Amino acid sequence: MSSSETLHSGNALAWQPVCRQTDLVANSGVVVRLGDEQIALFYLPETEQQVFAVGNRDPKSAANVIGRGLLGQLAGELVIASPLYKQHFRLSDGGCLEYPEQRLKVWPARLREATVEIASRGDEKPA
Amino acid sequence: MNPATRSNDLPTLIVVGNGMVGHHCIEQLIANGALGQYRILVFGEEPQRAYDRVHLSEYFNGSDSEALAMSDAALYRQPGLTLHLGTPVLEIDRVRREVITTRGAFAYQRLVLATGSYPFVPPIAGAEGEARLLYRTLDDLDGIRAAARGKRRGVVVGGGLLGLEAANALKSIGLQAHVVEFAPRLMPVQLDEFGGAALKQRIQELGVGVHLSRATQSITAGSEYRYRMNFAAGEFLETDLIVFSAGIRPQDALARACGLKLGECGGVAVDDLCLTSDPAIHAIGECAAWNDSVFGLVAPGYQMARSVAAQLCGLVDMSAPFRGADMSTRLKLLGVDVGSIGDAHAAQPGARSYRYIDEATASYRRLVVAADGKRVLGAVLVGDNSYYDTLLQYAQNGIEPPEDPASLIMPAGGGAPALGVDALPDSATLCSCHNVSKGAVCAAIDGGCTDVAAVKACTRAGSGCGGCAALLKQVVEHELSVRGIAVDKSLCEHFAHTRQELFHFVSVEGIERFEELLARHGKGRIGCDICKPAVGSILASCWNRPITEPALIPLQDTNDTFMANMQKNGTYSVVPRIPGGEITPDGLIAIGAVAKKYDLYTKITGGQRIDLFGAQLHELPEIWSELIAAGFETGHAYGKSLRTVKSCVGSTWCRYGVQDSVAMALRLENRYKGLRSPHKIKFAVSGCTRECAEAQSKDIGVIATENGWNLYVCGNGGMRPRHAELFATDLSDESLVRTIDRLLMFYIRTADKLQRTSVWRESLEGGLDYLKAVILNDSLDLAAELEAQMQRVVDRYQCEWANALQDTEKLKRFRTFVNQQGGDPEIRFVRERGQRRPARDEELGALANTEENPA
Ligand code: SRM
Ligand SMILES: Cc1cc2nc3c(=O)[nH]c(=O)nc-3n(C[C@H](O)[C@H](O)[C@H](O)COP(=O)(O)OP(=O)(O)OC[C@H]3O[C@@H](n4cnc5c(N)ncnc54)[C@H](O)[C@@H]3O)c2cc1C
Ligand code: SF4
Ligand code: FES
Repeated sequence: MSSSETLHSGNALAWQPVCRQTDLVANSGVVVRLGDEQIALFYLPETEQQVFAVGNRDPKSAANVIGRGLLGQLAGELVIASPLYKQHFRLSDGGCLEYPEQRLKVWPARLREATVEIASRGDEKPA
Repeated sequence: MNPATRSNDLPTLIVVGNGMVGHHCIEQLIANGALGQYRILVFGEEPQRAYDRVHLSEYFNGSDSEALAMSDAALYRQPGLTLHLGTPVLEIDRVRREVITTRGAFAYQRLVLATGSYPFVPPIAGAEGEARLLYRTLDDLDGIRAAARGKRRGVVVGGGLLGLEAANALKSIGLQAHVVEFAPRLMPVQLDEFGGAALKQRIQELGVGVHLSRATQSITAGSEYRYRMNFAAGEFLETDLIVFSAGIRPQDALARACGLKLGECGGVAVDDLCLTSDPAIHAIGECAAWNDSVFGLVAPGYQMARSVAAQLCGLVDMSAPFRGADMSTRLKLLGVDVGSIGDAHAAQPGARSYRYIDEATASYRRLVVAADGKRVLGAVLVGDNSYYDTLLQYAQNGIEPPEDPASLIMPAGGGAPALGVDALPDSATLCSCHNVSKGAVCAAIDGGCTDVAAVKACTRAGSGCGGCAALLKQVVEHELSVRGIAVDKSLCEHFAHTRQELFHFVSVEGIERFEELLARHGKGRIGCDICKPAVGSILASCWNRPITEPALIPLQDTNDTFMANMQKNGTYSVVPRIPGGEITPDGLIAIGAVAKKYDLYTKITGGQRIDLFGAQLHELPEIWSELIAAGFETGHAYGKSLRTVKSCVGSTWCRYGVQDSVAMALRLENRYKGLRSPHKIKFAVSGCTRECAEAQSKDIGVIATENGWNLYVCGNGGMRPRHAELFATDLSDESLVRTIDRLLMFYIRTADKLQRTSVWRESLEGGLDYLKAVILNDSLDLAAELEAQMQRVVDRYQCEWANALQDTEKLKRFRTFVNQQGGDPEIRFVRERGQRRPARDEELGALANTEENPA
């Protein structure tokens, strides 16, 4: 991703609107497509961060389905369970609880007014 | 420091062979920190990463080679570890300490041979091509599959353990299977005469031909089949293909060529430390001969691998010497239980045998006891392995048998004192694959493990062949209760309650939302993928609100959320309800038209209805509005709910029918459709005792009689089939429905999550009699309540799809992307037999250049 270089150079994240708050589903996920990238957005109104953005592709099945998984909390960590084979990924860094070699991309995400924004950093967060 | 550069300075350890044992050695080496001490090279002759040879036959039942793999590919991608597949080692140069391969020579400081063994083929004229197939590797199985295409009969030479397994495999790919054995009985190594006879009877009953005391002298061209196997005295057998499974020989060619000492009957000779005659070389697994014997099972090989891995890492206290291994085995061959423990042939002087023979069911058990009657030496079991665990523990741990040892093999119910798990000493090995003793399991529990999964993760017990799972569970549960730890039946970390308790809270306190239940009876604010669907199901069973209500949506698995079943590529299947399997020609045409319009793969299901596969999320509402317009309703193929009521054509058409089974099936399906339950529920109604609807394999089975209906309950097919049990006879239409109302609602109230009626029924204390008392005699004074609860669910039924289609808010959910229209462009199909199917990985590259995906 070319944008990652620009991001690393400065601390200011390049925020980009991706959809409206009304497109989100509370305590569940929806998906947006940006270029060739599919990003799953999860809306947890009760949490501090509220919106989380992770890659939509399930590394195990190679199907684009993460946005249709089930949200949960395991040992304090917010996780999304893949709908196909039920493995769990942390929303915080995309790491997989069961298979460390599987990992989802993670984007910084936030709600601005009634708009959902993500920082277009198409890179994994360092673990 | 970068480990990749550092490892260049480390001594090189080479492992030859990437089979089960070689792989276990690598795992153990990694766990012991060997990557900090060696650069490790692995050479494997087969093209695949180590796979589970023990379960090789599953390759014929749909497992692919990746599913059988012993590890993720990532394991071998670690820095400092290199795996060369498809690369046999051709020679070992012990002077220069090099192995020679097709990729060149590689120097080693330490070498481990794990080359396993190969099938022995007796020298028989004409044994070549498809008259000389083997059964050891994935490639062998591909060969058999190719040879079997369009053929009728297959013969296995060798009636030992592997031969019978090969015969089973031939049978499973549709061949008529025969076994030819040289010895006068099957499994001559493990079984005695009577055991062999019982096994033969069982196997013949399954339609497999058994030919004993036959030595094949030559193989020539056949007249009816491709080959003719000629035996003595002019006897012969014709067949299309021949698989040899006449024993294995240790693969010691490399060792032989480089002058390592060999065992008397072959195999690389090793000492207690698995060292060969060259102190730089170890040998482990089936290629190694310890004390002149080779061990053809995986557990002893694992033992050797562990010992060598510990030695190589300098872990002295863990490198237990190898002192031989127990060759007891328990298997299911062609669905027949066979077990052999210790001294099965009573070879020890003075040994006494007890035998139990049941000719009616072809069951046989033999118990071998020491001369003084104080020790169990061995046993043979055919037909029922439920005796295996107990007898093995007696034999392995020197537990003194009861005064009348025969009671140990008498049929259950004869008062045999089953050995409680508390009688096992701490040293008793529970899991022989990973060498885990009862003591180690107890230590894990004392270290904080509170369930089987945790003990398994901590000790690895149960993660090899799986044969010890039942015993492990018993020990863990027993030890937990001894320690006063209640066996944890919590739903998950958010609810310290059983499903049954949660059901009670919901129905008694009138709770209709997950958040409310969590606040009152649970922990945290979010829940997880275990408790949310379970509670969603309970709420639906109690209140039957449309599952697309905003408060309920986040609780559902994807299948319930989108009211369709997700397939492997992220598309969905659509199953309209076809009650009782009865459908009008117009209905068929309507389904066909929808399938054609959306290009959906169409298949008749095993449940008498039609499944349409390959719909994308955004297409579901359109597809359903067309189906609903044609008069269809959702089939709940996605829900833990009523699936189908299968029917036979019954008295309307059939000359034998005594009641209108179709009408009854329609009535039942329409009554219970939409009922959410702990697991799926299936019914069937047959019009007479010939049972064409297979009602006795269903959760609820109804069979017509002259006077009404017989009701069978709690059967199922699936992973562990169970026959339904006769529950009530000659019921009228009304009493049939009332009885089913009560029974299902009682099940819904009291079952565990994801528990089918069969398992629920087996776990009910008091069994069938108790269930009859509650349902038929109303012993708990519940009947009226159960019926009323069911009536509420029935009254609130609406087709979930029809409901969702009326609500634009709900339909917003069916968008693949919320910021653009259309579907996922990465979903690709190819056509096969006139229909679409998901493209496989290897087809994707070609597709990308040719076809545009219709979005
Ligand atoms: C379509 C169908 C196979 C077919 O092509 O015929 C099928 C397909 C699936 N079955 Fe089945 N089963 C189908 C009939 C059966 C039958 C036969 C029957 O019903 O007569 C059985 C054995 C009978 C029984 O259940 O007692 C059967 C035993 C299972 C099981 C094992 C259940 C068990 O208790 O052991 C599962 C797994 C589960 O439910 O956990 C399963 C699960 C599945 C799932 C849902 C797997 C999944 O989660 O993706 C499949 C998806 C279907 C889909 O996407 O539409 N399916 N499945 C059949 C649909 C029948 C229908 O019209 O609804
Ligand atoms: C159908 C079947 C069912 C079985 N069922 C059971 C069971 O129920 N319970 C049980 O305990 N055991 C069972 N076994 C036996 C079990 O599979 C073996 O004991 C186990 O695989 C032995 O492991 P190993 O690593 O020693 O040999 P293998 O698994 O045979 O591995 C040896 C590997 O070394 C490779 N190799 C050989 N020579 C070279 C060379 N020169 N260079 C490079 N690579 C080489 C081979 O290609 C092979 O991949 C079964 C076996 C079969 C075939
Ligand atoms: S079960 Fe009886 S009535 Fe039904 S089709 Fe079979 S033979 Fe006919
Ligand atoms: S005995 Fe094989 S897994 Fe435990």
